[in-house]
Amino acid sequence: MSEGLVLSNVTIKLAGAEIVAVNRRIGPGEVLTVMGPSGSGKSTLLSYLVGTLPRAFEGAGGIELNGRQLNGLPTNRRRIGILFQDDLLFPHLSVAGNLGFGVPPGPRKDRRQTIEAALDEVGLTGFGPRDPATLSGGQKARVALMRTLLARPEALLLDEPFSRLDADRRTRTRDLVFSITRARALPVLLVTHDAEDAAAAGGEPFLLGG
Amino acid sequence: MGRVFPALAVAVMIGPVLAGLWGAALPAFGHLPSAGFQGPSLIGLQRLIEWRGVVEASVLSVTTGVSATLGSLCIVVLIVSGWSGTMVFTWLQRVLSPLLSVPHAAAAFGLAFLVAPSGWLLRPAALFLGWERPPDMLVVGDPLGLTMTAGLIAKEVPFLLLMTLAALPQADSQKSNLIVQSLGYGRVTGWLKSVFPRVYAQIRLPVYVVLAYSMSVVDVAMILGPTTPPTLSVQIVEWMGSPNLSNRLTAGAGAIWQLVLVLAALLVWRAVERLCACLGRKWAGEGQRDVGDAPARAMGFGFLIFTSGAVLLGLAVVGLWSIAGFWRFPAMVPDTLTLAIWTRHSDDLAATVADTFVVAGIAVAIAMILTVGCLETEYRRRRPMTPAAVWLLYAPLLVPQTAFLPGLQTLLLSFGADTGRAPVVFAHLVFVLPYVFLSLGDPWRAWDTRYATTAAAMGASSTRVLVFVRFPMLVRPLLTAIAIGLAVSVGQYLPTLLIGGGRVATLTTEAVALASGGDRRAIGVFAVAQTLAALFPFALALAVPALVFANRRGMHV
Repeated sequence: MSEGLVLSNVTIKLAGAEIVAVNRRIGPGEVLTVMGPSGSGKSTLLSYLVGTLPRAFEGAGGIELNGRQLNGLPTNRRRIGILFQDDLLFPHLSVAGNLGFGVPPGPRKDRRQTIEAALDEVGLTGFGPRDPATLSGGQKARVALMRTLLARPEALLLDEPFSRLDADRRTRTRDLVFSITRARALPVLLVTHDAEDAAAAGGEPFLLGG
Repeated sequence: MGRVFPALAVAVMIGPVLAGLWGAALPAFGHLPSAGFQGPSLIGLQRLIEWRGVVEASVLSVTTGVSATLGSLCIVVLIVSGWSGTMVFTWLQRVLSPLLSVPHAAAAFGLAFLVAPSGWLLRPAALFLGWERPPDMLVVGDPLGLTMTAGLIAKEVPFLLLMTLAALPQADSQKSNLIVQSLGYGRVTGWLKSVFPRVYAQIRLPVYVVLAYSMSVVDVAMILGPTTPPTLSVQIVEWMGSPNLSNRLTAGAGAIWQLVLVLAALLVWRAVERLCACLGRKWAGEGQRDVGDAPARAMGFGFLIFTSGAVLLGLAVVGLWSIAGFWRFPAMVPDTLTLAIWTRHSDDLAATVADTFVVAGIAVAIAMILTVGCLETEYRRRRPMTPAAVWLLYAPLLVPQTAFLPGLQTLLLSFGADTGRAPVVFAHLVFVLPYVFLSLGDPWRAWDTRYATTAAAMGASSTRVLVFVRFPMLVRPLLTAIAIGLAVSVGQYLPTLLIGGGRVATLTTEAVALASGGDRRAIGVFAVAQTLAALFPFALALAVPALVFANRRGMHV
C-alpha cells in the first residue's frame, strides 16, 4: 500500500509497436516530468491514465492512486484532475459557474464561499460573475487550475499547460501551480517539451520517444 | 444502451423503405387480394405498358430530373469556383441560406405566379403593348417540363451550395486556391483543376439525392409540370388516388418502374462521372491557365441571381396575392389590399397549422433523440461511423418517394392499420432523420472532447457532461438541426398525402390541393403560411442562443 500515483509497467502500443513504457511512482507533492518530441506518445500516456485512450492504441499496466486500483474505472471515478494546453473553460458558464462545476455538491452557501476563496487564492477576487472569454490568458489558466483543484483530485496531470502563455506569465503561472500542488501534497505528472518547465518541476525528467 | 440507438435509427429509416418497395412489388406483379387479384401475374406491368403516356412520362422524368441536377450543379460550381473567398460570396451565402428552407411547393407557386401568361413578369409587357387579356401560351405546364426544371433548379441550388460550402474546408479550398492562382491560373480554371475533384467526392451523395428527388418529385410537378401526360410520379399518385382499386396494380408497376429509372440514371451518372474524371485529369495536366474565366464568373453570378431572385420575387408575389382585393390583369399591383382572404381561411388555417406542427414536432423530437443517441454512442464507444453507415443515412433520400410510399400505403391498408397521424409521423421521420443527422453530425464530432475529459476528471458523469457541457456548447447546431427537421417535415407532400389517407391536412397538402383550382388568393394564403412555418424555426434557432448567451463572448459565432 503506497501513497501517490503508481504506474506499474505501463505500456502503450500502436499497431503492435510499443511507444510508451513507464514504471514509476510519483509521491505526494512530487512532479514527474515526461519529455519528448511531438508524436512521441506523451498525451497518449495521459489519456491512458484518465481512461480515454483512443481505440487505435493498446494500453496495459497498473495504475494505482493512494492505494486504489484505477484500471477499468471511468474517468469520473478516478479522481485524477487534468489540465490541457488550452484552458477549456466552459464558454457558456461564468467564471464562478466554471469553478462551481468542479465543487462537489453541498449547501449553496458553502459552495459560494469555496468558490470565492479559490478566486482569492489566485488573485482573482471578484471575478466570479465575469465571462471567461473576457479574461487574459494567464487569468484563464488560473481559473482552469482552481476549477480542477476544487474537484479535490488526488493527482494532477498537466498536458503542456503553460505553452500557450507568454514568457513572463508562464513563469508566474508555473510557480503558482507547483506551489499549490506541493502545498496540497498532490502527485503531478507534467508532460512538456520545454526544458524550463522540466527544470522548474525539479527531479530527473523521463524521456519518451528518444 | 450501447447499440440500441443506431439499430433503431436504421430501422425507422430503412424499414419503411423496404416495406414500401415490397408493398409496391406485390401489386406490380398482380397480387392485390383486397381488389380480387391473386398473383403472380403480369397484369400490373401490362397495364403500365398499355398506358398511352408511359414513354412520354418516363422520358419526362429522366429529362427534367437530369437537367435539373446538371443545371443546379453547374450553377453551384460556377459560383463557388468564381467567387468563393470574396465579399460577394459571403453576402450570397447569407441570402441563400434561408432559401434552403423555403418549401418546394411555395417556391413553385411563386415561380408559377411570375411566369404564367397572366403572371407578374409579363404584365409590364402587357401594359406596354396594351394587351387586355393574358396571351394564350403554355408556360406553366409546358410539355417539355422546362418551367418545372427551372423551379427545381431554383430550389436545389441552395441545397447543393450549402453542401459544397460544408465540403470546402476539408478540401483545403483556400490554400489550394492561393497556390494555383500564384501559379498563374484563373480563379475558375484553377479551382476546377485543383479543388473540384476533392469537393465533388464530398458532395457526390447530395448530388445523387438531388437527381433521385428531381426525377420523382410530385408537388413541384403538379404545380409547374406538364399534364398530358404528367410526369411518371404524378401519374402514379393519380392511380393511387383512383377509386378503382385495380388501378393500384398499375401504380405498383409504375412505382417499380420509377425505381428502375432512378437507379439506371444514377448508374449512368456515375459512369459519366468516371469519364469526366478521366478527361479532367488529362485536362488538369495540360497547363492552360485561363479557359474563359471572366465570362464563367459572370455567368455563375447571373444564373444564381436569376434563380434565387425568381424564388424571392415569386414569394413576394404570392404574398401580394394573399392580400389582394380587386386586381385587374395588366396592373402590376392590386387596386385594393385586404385581409379578407386570411380571415376567411383563418379557422381552416389554424387547424392546418396545428396538424402541421403536431406531425413535424413529434417527428423531429424522435429524430433528435435518435440522432443524439447515435452520436453520443459513437463518441462513448470511440468508434466512428463507417462509410456503409453513411450510405444507409442517404438511402431513404436516394430511393424515389413514389417508389416506396404507394406500396407502404397499400401495405398499411392490407394490415388493416389505420391511416392517420401516427403513420404520417413515421413516414416523415424517414426523411427528417437523415437531414437532422447530416446537419448535427459534423458539429457534434467537431466538438473538442477535451472539454468532456476535463469535466469527467472533475468527477462529472457522462450524463452530466452531455447535459451540462455538451448540449449548452452545441446549442446552435442543436437548434439548427431542429429547425432543419421542422422545415423538412413542413415541406413533405407525398408522405402526408399517401400515408395520411387524406385525413391529415398539413399546410403543404392544402396548398398543393389548391393548385388545380387556380384560386390565387387562397393559394397565396396557404403558400405564405407554409413558408412562414418553415422559416420561423430558423429565426428562433438564431435568436434564442443570441439572447440566452448575450453575455458570453465564447458562445458567439
